[in-house]
Formats: sequence, C-alpha cells, structure tokens
Amino acid sequence: MSTTRPEKIRINDLHAFYGESHILHGIDMSIGQGELVTLLGRNGAGRSTTLKAIMSMVGRRTGSIVINGTETIDMPAHKIAHLGMGFCPEERGIFSSLNVEENLMLPPAVRSDGVSVEEIYEMFPNLYERRYSQGTRLSGGEQQMLALARILRTGANILLLDEITEGLAPVIVQKLAEVLMQLKGRGLTILLVEQNFRFAAPIADRHYVMEHGHIVEEVHAHELEAKTELLNTYLGV
Amino acid sequence: MATFMGINLFGLFGQLLVGLINGSFYALLSLGLAIIFGLLKIINFAQGAIYMLGAFAAYLALQYFGIGYWAALIVVPLVVGLLGVLMERFLIRPIANEDHLYSLLLTFGVALVLQGMFTHMFGSSGLSYAIPDALKGGTKLPFMYLPNYRAWIIIASLIVCVGTWWMIEKTKLGAYLRAGTENPALMQAFGINVPLMVTLTFGFGVALAGFAGVMAAPVYSVSPDMGSNILIVVFAIVVIGGMGSIGGAIITGLGMGIVEGLTKYFYPEASNTVIFLVMVIVLLIKPAGLFGKEA
Repeated sequence: MSTTRPEKIRINDLHAFYGESHILHGIDMSIGQGELVTLLGRNGAGRSTTLKAIMSMVGRRTGSIVINGTETIDMPAHKIAHLGMGFCPEERGIFSSLNVEENLMLPPAVRSDGVSVEEIYEMFPNLYERRYSQGTRLSGGEQQMLALARILRTGANILLLDEITEGLAPVIVQKLAEVLMQLKGRGLTILLVEQNFRFAAPIADRHYVMEHGHIVEEVHAHELEAKTELLNTYLGV
Repeated sequence: MATFMGINLFGLFGQLLVGLINGSFYALLSLGLAIIFGLLKIINFAQGAIYMLGAFAAYLALQYFGIGYWAALIVVPLVVGLLGVLMERFLIRPIANEDHLYSLLLTFGVALVLQGMFTHMFGSSGLSYAIPDALKGGTKLPFMYLPNYRAWIIIASLIVCVGTWWMIEKTKLGAYLRAGTENPALMQAFGINVPLMVTLTFGFGVALAGFAGVMAAPVYSVSPDMGSNILIVVFAIVVIGGMGSIGGAIITGLGMGIVEGLTKYFYPEASNTVIFLVMVIVLLIKPAGLFGKEA
C-alpha cells in the first residue's frame, strides 16, 4: 500500500540512546502520504522513544530518518518541525503557565495551510468556551483536544501522536477517532502510538508491532483477522 | 518638625525613600536572576559583578569616550548584554548538561575574576559619578525633600520592571519564554530554536543588571565590591520571593527595600539583618517562597 503513495517518512537502521541505555536497536519503517500507521507493543517496547527519536528528543540517535525526502539524522531538533511535523507527546505537554488560547497559538506555523483557529474552535467547541482558562485546568479530554488542535493549527501534515486516548472516556475516544479519520481524509500522514487496540484497529492502514526496541511484526489492516492470535501474544492481553 | 503620634515624619519618609530606592535595585537585580533561573535553571552568581561592571562602564564611558548618562543608560546594557551572550555561549553552554553546581561555581568564578580585575585597576575606594544635569536638585514635599534623581530611579526601574513583566506575561515572545521554562524539549519539537532563546534570555537578564549599574552610579559610589555587597541581599530576596517567579521578584524586591527602610527608622540596629530574618521566617513557613510554586 505504501509503495503507491509518496513516501513521507523512511527510517533505516535507527538506533536511539538515553545516556548509556540503548533503547532502539535498528528500526526500519516507511510511511506513505495519507497513511495512518500505528506502533503497537507493550510498555517499554520503544514506541514512544521511536516518536521522540524522529523528533530528535533522545540523547543520541544513529541511522537514517528521511522526512519528505530530507535526511534529518544530523539536523538540529528545532528544524525538524519545519519539515511539516507535528508532535503530540504522551503527557500532552499542555503548558500550565499559558492559557488555552496561548497554548493553541504557541507553536509557530510550519506550513502555510494550517487549520484556521475558527475551524479549530468549530471542531472543538469546548476549547473556545474555555479559551482564557489556564491550560492545565482543562479536563484530560479537553487537554488532549488542545494538544491535537495545537499542532493542526501549525499546518503540520505529518502527525506523531503518542497515546492520545490514554485515560479518556469512551465518548471522547470516539470523538478522537472521528477527528483522525477526518484528518486522514485531508491527506495527513499519521503515526500513532496506541495501547487501545480497539481504537486503532478500525482506523489504521497498517500496524507495526514493537518489542525490546525492535520491530517484530508488520500487519496490514486486511491481515488483522488472520493475525489476531499472533498480535495477542505480542501485546499480551 | 512634623510629628505624628511621636513619629518624626520627616525621618520616616526619608528612610522610606531610601528603602524604595534600594528596593528598586533589589527588584532589577532579582528580576534578572529570576528570568535567568527560569529558563536556564542556573543561579547566576555573576549578577552582582555585572551590576558593578555596568556602573564602571558608565564611569569609563564618560571619562574616556565622553558618553554621558543618558546615552550610557542605553549603550551600557547593550554592551553588558552582549557580554552576557558571549558568556552563555562560550562558558555556560559547554557545561549546560553537567550538574548545576558547575554553572553555579562558574558564575561565582566569573564574579571573582571581574571584581579582582576592577580592584586591581581602580583600587577598592569608590569613584564618583555626577548626577546628570537634568535631574539635579529636588522637590520639597510636605513631609520630605525629594531629590529628583532619586525619584527618577524609582520611576525608571518601575517602568523597566513592569515592562519586563508585561513582555513575559502578556506577549507571544513571553509565551515562548514561559513555555520554554516549563518544557524546553517540547518547544524544540515545535520548531523553536531553544538554544538561541536561552542565549538571548541570559543576555537580557544580565543587561538588566547592567542597567541597574548605570542607575546606581550617581547614587552609590562606583567601587569593585558594590556588586558583592548587594548580591547577598538580592539572593535573600530571591529566596523570599520564590525562585523563578517574575512578578514575585519585583514585588519582593521593592517590598524588602521598604521593610529595610522602616527598620532603619524604628530599630536601626537590625536594618542590616532584617531581610535575612524575613528569609528565615519565610523558609520556615513557606519553603518555596512567597510567590514560588510548591514542588
């Protein structure tokens, strides 16, 4: 599937380190434009580290990460976003010293055709109502919406999303699934770290399964049924 | 002489004024420390030496280049800020990933070197710097005589402090700074050049001390140890206000100046220690400081 689309992210032999600890041991992956790909695996398998390594937020990284045709492995961290990347960290990263609107307006635009503020407030009416509240006073779900809205406004068209459904009520998880489908429909490329397989399964095109810093399996959406048992062993549910 | 319930108002207001003026300098210096601490998480022990450098720079600019007070007020903070930029880039950044104790010792070392250099060149007795002509003289108020230059110190430092507070709390640039203080790694991921921001922030915090130095030159004697004397008090004030709080640094700076002034009037013997006494009490009751966030 990915071979027919322009390649947005290509990773070869990626190793990542925090100090002396070697976390990623040679990751290879490729994601095409408009694809929604998940990274599955147990806690500590290296999924979040993979996203952070792409954004150069780890101690050290080696190998190759090509984004939109540009090699980024030696690029300063602050330049990577400007290739059209939007990162939503697991802890959401809402700034407590900024109000909702300041949080929303904070990241600089990385491309010209970002989602407008009006559109964002339409998509997430709660954020509009609470735009002058302190960012961290929002509920968990609202904070997640804000973290997502914040990178959509920048015009990022490659999204790295870390555990965005964690700890949220089912109705909000449903809302997030709708938003992701909408974004996918617009041609955005999404790499999703997800624990909630039931959330990820119906919306993703492909899944990579990680274990001990390696990618151990690649599962296409149409193979899900055949490989359910295998996935269960890996994810240990 | 005006008295009220046995209090000599003339003396009281005089000491209050002195307190406000000292407080203005405390506020400028602790504001610079708070800004630097917020983003870099380092305690800049050189802040006092840089304040001294600012006063000497104003003195030397006048002696050797004929640059007067008003020009010095702009030029000196720029030059001192530039020195700060170089200091961050070439001294502090190389050890930024080490334990903060190293940067603390480094800035302490810089302070000693600067102070030693100026003592060597100018001796330890103070030099005098004339009050600019436009601010000579004073105004007679009902209970006190208000020298114009002293009024100017209070007004100018308030403008700079409030302006800095506004810039940090109310503008987009300030939002970057506040966010960078909280989570620099995420700001990098958003595409902000955090290392550059750190360098400029350090330069700005240091420039504030340079500005305070120029302001101080006409009222305090310009001497190599003027920075180390005031810095001890400023550290106590930063502890009282709470590390990293911008508004807290300003309010505590001014407030402690007033407390010191009042003590000078009512119980002069304690005026040199009252701020440290307040510090001990605050540490016992609210260890994070009056405006600090509990960890």
